[in-house]
Amino acid sequence: MSDAKRTLVMDDPVEHSLLDGAQGVIGRPIDRVDGPLKVSGRATYAAEYALDDLAYGYLVAAPFGRGTVLGLDVEAAKAMPGVIDVVIDYETFLRNAQQGGETEAPEQGVREVAYFREPVAIVVAETYEQARAAGERLAVEGDRKPGLYSVADRLGEADKAPSGGAVEPHFANGDLDAAMAAAPVTVDVTYTTPSQNSAAMEPHASTACWGDDGLTLYGSYQMPASDREQLADAIGLEVDQVRIVSAYVGGGFGSKLGIAPESVAAAVAAKKLGRPVKAVMTRQQVFDATVRRSDTHQRVRLAATADGQLTGIGHDTICSNLPGEDFFEPAGTATHFLYAAPNRTIRHDMVRVNRVLSGSMRAPGEAVGMLALECAIDELAEKLGLDPVELRKRNEPERDPQKDVAFSSRRLVDCLDEGARRFGWAERNATPGALRRGEWLVGHGMAASARSNKLKSSEARVAVTADGRAVVETDMTDIGTGTYTILAQIAGEMLGLPLDRVEVRLGDNCFPPGAGSGGSWGAGSSGSSVYLACEGLRERLADRLGCAVDELTLKDGAAICANRQVALAELAGDGLATTGRIEAGKLDDALRQASYGAHFCEVHVNMVTGESRVRRWTSVFAAGRILNEKTARSQCLGGIVFGLGAALTEELFHDVRTGKIVNRDLAEYHVPVHADVPPIEVVFLPERDAYANPLQSKGIGELGISGAGAAVANAIYNATGVRVRDFPLTLDELLDGLPPV
Amino acid sequence: MRIRINGDTHEVDVDVRTSLLDLLREHLGLTGSKKGCDHGQCGACTVLINGRRINSCLTLAVMHDDDEIVTIEGLGSPAALHPLQAAFVRHDGFQCGYCTPGQICSAVGMLDEVAKGWPSLVSEPGTDAVALTDEEIRERMSGNLCRCSAYPNIVDAIRDVAGAGA
Ligand code: FES
Ligand code: FES
Repeated sequence: MSDAKRTLVMDDPVEHSLLDGAQGVIGRPIDRVDGPLKVSGRATYAAEYALDDLAYGYLVAAPFGRGTVLGLDVEAAKAMPGVIDVVIDYETFLRNAQQGGETEAPEQGVREVAYFREPVAIVVAETYEQARAAGERLAVEGDRKPGLYSVADRLGEADKAPSGGAVEPHFANGDLDAAMAAAPVTVDVTYTTPSQNSAAMEPHASTACWGDDGLTLYGSYQMPASDREQLADAIGLEVDQVRIVSAYVGGGFGSKLGIAPESVAAAVAAKKLGRPVKAVMTRQQVFDATVRRSDTHQRVRLAATADGQLTGIGHDTICSNLPGEDFFEPAGTATHFLYAAPNRTIRHDMVRVNRVLSGSMRAPGEAVGMLALECAIDELAEKLGLDPVELRKRNEPERDPQKDVAFSSRRLVDCLDEGARRFGWAERNATPGALRRGEWLVGHGMAASARSNKLKSSEARVAVTADGRAVVETDMTDIGTGTYTILAQIAGEMLGLPLDRVEVRLGDNCFPPGAGSGGSWGAGSSGSSVYLACEGLRERLADRLGCAVDELTLKDGAAICANRQVALAELAGDGLATTGRIEAGKLDDALRQASYGAHFCEVHVNMVTGESRVRRWTSVFAAGRILNEKTARSQCLGGIVFGLGAALTEELFHDVRTGKIVNRDLAEYHVPVHADVPPIEVVFLPERDAYANPLQSKGIGELGISGAGAAVANAIYNATGVRVRDFPLTLDELLDGLPPV
Repeated sequence: MRIRINGDTHEVDVDVRTSLLDLLREHLGLTGSKKGCDHGQCGACTVLINGRRINSCLTLAVMHDDDEIVTIEGLGSPAALHPLQAAFVRHDGFQCGYCTPGQICSAVGMLDEVAKGWPSLVSEPGTDAVALTDEEIRERMSGNLCRCSAYPNIVDAIRDVAGAGA
């Protein structure tokens, strides 16, 4: 097989995309290629590899929120049936999970306990039952110290968040205070959102086995390329001595971006015992010891003229994280570019707290930031007596108001108009609390949606085999996002192959390093690497055919040029492979890149019980080229329902006396269920973004959640006339304000 | 003990603490049934026992001597999908796929309950035959969580198959 490489740095737009090709498989709602395996239970997730001589590990946690571990009753545990060992390595074990994309180990060392139920050891036994029994019985002695458990009481201790995150922690343009003082209409409100958990259905799991070449870890991870570097650093190996396999991942939503404590525990135990060890977190451990979305206190200030021109926007967020951690919830991200206003202040501060790490959860920043911003805009619309759709349109910026650069593409106004038309927004009841059906109050609400678009370095190798098939290889993952399918479509389109002749292999460090799944960059980044590999292959095929590449047509397994037609298999000889690599370039900063949308929903609130039921939903999005209408729609559905959960039910409770997470299971942490979810209409407006990547696509995985919860909250206000600013909007917060039945 | 799974008889010697789910996943290599919570809170582990759906994490393997178990692997294979499995693919009734075997087994059991006229919270009181409205599907499937939130597509898939069979 002859190999080549092709790299593109996005310094210039790609005006002519080869995805508009002859095969016609791009964009269409094609069924997932991994579907039959998944629906028949044959897709293999991290805890499901049958390895010889496998031992079972069970994590043991400190039963206190801050202090020093003095010791564990190891002998008692070892005396229990089936127990092989209690593996303790205070220096190496991970205190925290790592954030996404980092190339070094997260905070290590578990003698000092920084949050309640920090994992400090792993019991290994012959069976799961034996490991669990010993793990639950194993007493951890500690010197307990007072911890910092409350945030609400300590807002005054907040400091400027560290630099180096998704946005600069503090930003100011103009003079917001003066704008507020001068404006005839202002809003100055504080919204709060609680800690949340991604609660992916597959708990974190690692199966570690050592061989002559080093460590192989079957792990449930979103970004194997950087996870491998983190893991190597944590256990003192060279990067190429670690191989992570994440072929199927049972959801991530940010919680599996970086390595979590079970990975190193399994690896260390497997090394010590000389046999493979599987460590699967219990659901409770996932809540206790992986990652949460930070709670936030968000003050939003809006200054406007009487006709609804914003003159000032302020968005001050306080979030929380462990001492020493840099990540902050960038709640003001979309506030930077969503609406025009000359005077702007966007700040992020942080309170240090002994709670499990806070990090990225689906749309870090926008997901909770737009709850506050888009509700505050609704409040302003009401003060102005303006239709909230119209208010947004009046503040549509010509250029990015923060950076004073152009938008790469932006169809927010079209999304607002199309959504309003489809939903029947004009026919809504505009007076809060005025529409009743039986014992239900009926409300309509809307919000804008926006999510920054990013491009990450990504590589993929595409081979045309001697029998005329294509094989795509990258350690990119499919966490439910549809990667297997869209990469097959891209390769199929560019090489002129039906999808049954394209094979996609993912989630294995044996393959070139992909972008990983996170930040909505997966499809655009890994898809571009496949695009580039195929572009390289097309040139080589044209060469072999003796024609210019722009005269080459590839379709249904044949290469066609002028009046000649040759089978791909024939041209490929004994095989041709090209590795494609994409990198972000000048266009990243030279323009503002984001996807946009608009949500509209109808919510019914029961006058007797106060319960809210979402009954109808329409969202319109513009996110560049849609690669697969079916999987893209599913991504949006998922995001919208996440937003619905954030609005109505999701809340992690931290016991402020002990630091304990109280509701650490799926019965007590309420994610939406079937009965909570109405029919959802999702519409994509045609758009291409030549500045984003060669596919002309933009991110979509987190667009749905952005703004969705605000649409629900605004509808609840419209239904009831009660404005609740403390998420989630549970019935107890509404009851007092409801009109008599 | 002896247990029948997907038509095969297995003689197994299990710890009394072993859940049916762990028997399937850890002892018999039938990893299609998923563990999302191990506490009966998510439905990922749903299988059919003598035709009825059950959370296999909530029942001990030793309680099923001579029972007839059907798991997702027994419903169909990639080459010969069960109609519900095929409908899930067609309607994109999943994303990560982790809740999916449970959703499908649950839907099989649920449709049988509806066929028998068993009412749910949202059924019209006093009628014998249950009309399989979308509201009925959502209510009856609410024990199966899907964090990817393929819910609307799952309802479409179930309605599609139930409609064809009715
Ligand atoms: S694993 Fe059985 S219900 Fe969750
Ligand atoms: S498909 Fe991922 S949890 Fe349902």
